[in-house]
Amino acid sequence: MSFESAMARLGGSSISVSSVEACSMAKGETLADTIRVVSGYADAIVIRHPKEGAARLAAEFATVPVINAGDGAGQHPSQTLLDLYTIRQSMPVDGIDVALVGDLRYGRTAHSLASALSLYGVRLHTISPPGLELPPALAAGLAEKGMEIISHTDIGEVIDEVDVLYVTRIQRERFPDSTSYFNVASSYRITPELLAGAKENLIVLHPLPRVDEIDPRLDASPHARYFEQSKNGVPVRMAMLLDVMG
Amino acid sequence: MKHIAPPDTGDDDGKGLLIRRIKNGTVIDHIDGGEALNVIKILGIVGSTTETLSIATNVPSRNMGRKDIVKISNRELSKEEVDRIALISPRATINIVRNFKVCEKQGVEIPVLIVGNVRCPNPGCITRTNEPIKSRFAVLPDGKGLRCIYCDSVITKDLTNFII
Repeated sequence: MSFESAMARLGGSSISVSSVEACSMAKGETLADTIRVVSGYADAIVIRHPKEGAARLAAEFATVPVINAGDGAGQHPSQTLLDLYTIRQSMPVDGIDVALVGDLRYGRTAHSLASALSLYGVRLHTISPPGLELPPALAAGLAEKGMEIISHTDIGEVIDEVDVLYVTRIQRERFPDSTSYFNVASSYRITPELLAGAKENLIVLHPLPRVDEIDPRLDASPHARYFEQSKNGVPVRMAMLLDVMG
Repeated sequence: MKHIAPPDTGDDDGKGLLIRRIKNGTVIDHIDGGEALNVIKILGIVGSTTETLSIATNVPSRNMGRKDIVKISNRELSKEEVDRIALISPRATINIVRNFKVCEKQGVEIPVLIVGNVRCPNPGCITRTNEPIKSRFAVLPDGKGLRCIYCDSVITKDLTNFII
């Protein structure tokens, strides 16, 4: 929706295909063919797809610019740009401490953000349920770039150290039953009480939508920046569209 | 009295070759013992191949202890094909044979990119669908593994399990 809003504000229009059923892929058309066809209809393609690597494939077959708006559990680079923008509204990104909380294995926003933060000398703290840690290959790649990554089992261990608390949704389908999910999810819930010991200028971000990860009582706190972050998605995506379309 | 060691050509008892010379084609020598079938696999020689192949496995070798040899008649491997072998057996040597003579001899070099032949381990990868693309893997420094250029999944061990 934010890309559509961005395009409209630039004075352009967009054609949205929100489900496979609404396009020829429902008839068995490959993504490659769909992209070749859509290349003739639009000046740029913004793709969100459930398979990792779909955006790269699209870029190979498209004759117009392609923007990755999320590929499966892979990457979400446009989200990262607005995340960085939101951080920079509050503090310089260089050398800060950032905590990633939640499903870091399948959370594509966390993957892209971690990669980007590795360019800024950021110290990364990870807090995730067992089995949902950062993918080992990604963590190894970040470490090779010189990024310090510290994993924690409890948010409380690190709450007084971090400048940014980046919270992601823990997906229910990753757990065998509802009880397991609720037990884990509740232990990663961000509450005003948890933030009592936080730095004064800590900001809490979330790519949204949230479910239970952030207590709604936190919304009024000066730490809460997730709605501002979401709003930032529009100008950042306007800039991206302008950039790729000249 | 001067002792002359037998040539390292896979002799069974020093009197005869395990596999015959070929007139034209490629001889892949010094393959790590037991890896010959994987070498054939990564070259894409599978199923109902029409190539004439000779394979010797675990042949005694002075330098390697045990080695494998593969001879492919009437086919000269390209540089790209040859370098794929480095992922499985970096000490392998390639001899191009024409009219029973070795005309070219070269080692294998770790390639930069592997196209096709290897299946991405990630079931959620776009290359695991019916899209008209081949898998593509960047080879990690020193050949320590492969990284899928579509989904970034990494294979660092048991590579042969992923050869298509």
